[in-house]
Amino acid sequence: MFDSLSDKLDNALHILKGHGQITEVNVAETLKEVRRALVDADVNYKIAKEFTTTVKEKAMGQDVLTALKPGQMMVKLVKDELTELMGGEAAGIDLSGKPSVILMAGLQGSGKTTFSGKLANYLKTKKSKNPLLVACDVYRPAAINQLQIVGEQIGVAVFSDEGNQDPVNISQAAIAFAKQNGHDVVIIDTAGRLAVDEAMMTEIANIHVAIKPNETLFVVDSMTGQDAVNTAKAFNDRLNFDGVILTKLDGDTRGGAAISIKSVVKKPIKFIGTGEKMDAIDVFYPSRMADRILGMGDVVSLVERA
Amino acid sequence: EKSKDNFLSKMSKAVAGKSKVDEDVLDDLEEVLISSDVGVTTTIKIIRRIEERVARDKYLGTAELNEILKEEIAGLLSETDSGDTDGFNFKSDGKPYVIMVVGVNGVGKTTTIGKLAYQFKKDGKKVLLGAADTFRAAAIDQLQIWADRTQVPMIKQQMGSDPASVAFDAVQSGVTQGSDVVIIDTAGRLHNKVNLMNELTKVKRVMQKVIPGAPHEVLLVLDGSTGQNAFEQAKQFTAATEVTSLAVTKLDGTAKGGVVIGISDQFKIPVKYIGIGEGLEDLQVFNKFEFVDSFFKK
Ligand SMILES: Nc1nc2c(ncn2[C@@H]2O[C@H](COP(=O)(O)OP(=O)(O)OP(=O)(O)O)[C@@H](O)[C@H]2O)c(=O)[nH]1
Ligand SMILES: Nc1nc2c(ncn2[C@@H]2O[C@H](COP(=O)(O)OP(=O)(O)OP(=O)(O)O)[C@@H](O)[C@H]2O)c(=O)[nH]1
Ligand SMILES: [Mg+2]
Ligand SMILES: [Mg+2]
Repeated sequence: MFDSLSDKLDNALHILKGHGQITEVNVAETLKEVRRALVDADVNYKIAKEFTTTVKEKAMGQDVLTALKPGQMMVKLVKDELTELMGGEAAGIDLSGKPSVILMAGLQGSGKTTFSGKLANYLKTKKSKNPLLVACDVYRPAAINQLQIVGEQIGVAVFSDEGNQDPVNISQAAIAFAKQNGHDVVIIDTAGRLAVDEAMMTEIANIHVAIKPNETLFVVDSMTGQDAVNTAKAFNDRLNFDGVILTKLDGDTRGGAAISIKSVVKKPIKFIGTGEKMDAIDVFYPSRMADRILGMGDVVSLVERA
Repeated sequence: EKSKDNFLSKMSKAVAGKSKVDEDVLDDLEEVLISSDVGVTTTIKIIRRIEERVARDKYLGTAELNEILKEEIAGLLSETDSGDTDGFNFKSDGKPYVIMVVGVNGVGKTTTIGKLAYQFKKDGKKVLLGAADTFRAAAIDQLQIWADRTQVPMIKQQMGSDPASVAFDAVQSGVTQGSDVVIIDTAGRLHNKVNLMNELTKVKRVMQKVIPGAPHEVLLVLDGSTGQNAFEQAKQFTAATEVTSLAVTKLDGTAKGGVVIGISDQFKIPVKYIGIGEGLEDLQVFNKFEFVDSFFKK
C-alpha cells in the first residue's frame, strides 16, 4: 500500500527526461503521480489538487538545462513547497502568563490526556516550570484517574474536583488554585468531542471564553484521514486555536493530515507525540514531516539518483 | 457541499441513454470515494467496475444507477457480509465464547467492549470481562466502570502485571463461573512495534491452554476517522493474531470510514459492528448498504 513516491515517480520521470524544458504536457503525468502519492498519504483530496496546481505553476517554463535534471527539479519543487506549506521555524508556546494557561482540545482518543502529561513533564524538566494539570474531562470513564496517574508518574500536581460536572467552573477554580500555590503553568485536559456535537463544542467554547488561555492546542491523531480538514476547521472556528499537536507519530503513518490541517487553519504545528511514555514528545520540524509524507527520506535519494 | 441527490442526479444525467460514463462524472465519483477514505487503489477498482457495468448493461436509467453504484461498492465488502450482517453469533455449548479485542491506541476498544457486554447481557447471556490492558494509566479503572454499568463481573490484576496472565485468569474464571462469553480488553499498541505485537500473540496463545480454540473471535477495532494507515493496522494485527472481524468506531462524526472497504476486500475480514457514540447503546450491527449510502450523504 505504501509504495514510496520515488517508485511512483520513477515511471513518470521517464517522460521528463530528454526534454529541455518543463512544459504543461511533460509535467502532467508526474503531477498526477505526486497527487496520488499525497492522497495515499492521507492529504485531503482537494488540498492535494491545489497543491499540485501550485507546483505546476512554479515548474512551468523552468529551464532544465541548468544544474538539475527535470526529475530532480520536480522533486525538489514538491519537497520545498511542502516544507514551506508546513511552516518555517519550530514555533514555541506562550509561557508569559501568570500563570500561563494552556487548553487542550480535540477528538476522542486523539491523545490529549497523554500529551497534557508530556507537556507538563517537558515544561518541568526542560523549562524549570512548576505546572499544574487540571482534570476537566467529566465524562470519560476514569478520565480523572488517568490524569492523576499521569501526574504521579511525572511528579506534577493534578487539580480535580470529582463530582463537579461543570468544566468551566473547575478550570476557573484551578487557575485560582495555581495562583495561590505558585504554579506558573496551568494545563487543562478536556474531554474528547466530535466537531458535530453542538453541546460539547459549546462547552469548550465556554471554557475558552471564561479562562482566556494563553495557548489553545488542537490535538490530532496523525493517522487521521480525509476528515482532518473538517474537524480542524470546526475546532478552529470555535476556538481560534494557537497551535496543533500531532500524536502517535511513532507509528508508520505518512501523516498527510498535517498538510491538510495546516493549509486549512494556517496554524503552526508545535509539538509531536512519539510514544506512550511521558518523555515521548518532540518539537515539530516541517522538513522532516515533508520527507515523511513523501515517503520517508527517499526523496533525497531520488534527487541523488535522478 | 454535495448532497447524495445532487450527485446521483448528475451522474444519471451523464449516464442515461449512454453506454459510457462521462469523465466529469467519474471525477465526481472519485472525489466522493477518496473523501470517504476509500483510498486510491480501491477507488480505481470501483470506478473500473462502474465503467464495465455501464458498458455492458448499456442505456441505464436513473433508478438502476443508484443500485449499481451501491452494489458495486458494497460488492467489495467481504463476501461474508450479507446485506444485514449478524453480530457475533455463538451457541452456548457449556464453554464460554472468548472474544479478544485488539487495535491501535485510542480507537475505542474498551468502550466497544462495554457496549458489547451490554448487548450480550440484554440477550440473556452471562458475560465476563478481562482487564488485560495493564499498561495504560487507569485502563483497568475504565473497564471496571463499564463492568459496573453493565453489571457484569470483571477479572483484573494490578497495573503493570502480565497481560497474558490476566487473560488466562479471565478465561479460567469464565469456565468456572459458567459464563457464556468472555471479552478480553488489551492495551492499545501501534502495529509497527514488534515487541508489543509479540506480546499480543502470547496473550492470544495462553487462552488456548484453558479452552482449545480460544479466542473464538479476534475483533480488530478501527477508528472510523483513520486514513490509509488502517490497511497496515489490519495487516499487522492479522499477522499477529489472525483477526476474524472488524469494528469501526466514531462513525457518529463526519468521518466516513471508507478505508474498511479495501481492507475487507483484501483481507476478507467481515465488518461486524459500528460505533456511533460513547453511550451503552451506541453500537450497531454493520449494514454494508447503509454504510455505502452514507458516503453520498453530505
Ligand atoms: N504510540 C503512541 N500512543 C499514544 C501517543 N499519544 C497518546 N497515545 C495513546 O493513545 C491512547 C489515547 O490517549 P489519551 O491521552 O487517553 O487520549 P485522549 O485524547 O485524552 O482521549 P479521550 O480523553 O478519550 O478523548 C492511549 O492509549 C495513549 O497511550 C503517541 O504519541 N504515541
Ligand atoms: N463519538 C464516539 N466516541 C467513541 C466511540 N467509541 C469510543 N469513543 C471514545 O473514544 C475514546 C477512546 O475510547 P477507548 O475505548 O478508551 O479506546 P481504546 O481503544 O480502549 O484506547 P486505549 O486503550 O488507550 O488504546 C473515548 O473518549 C471514548 O468515549 C464512538 O463510537 N463514537
Ligand atoms: Mg483524555
Ligand atoms: Mg482501552
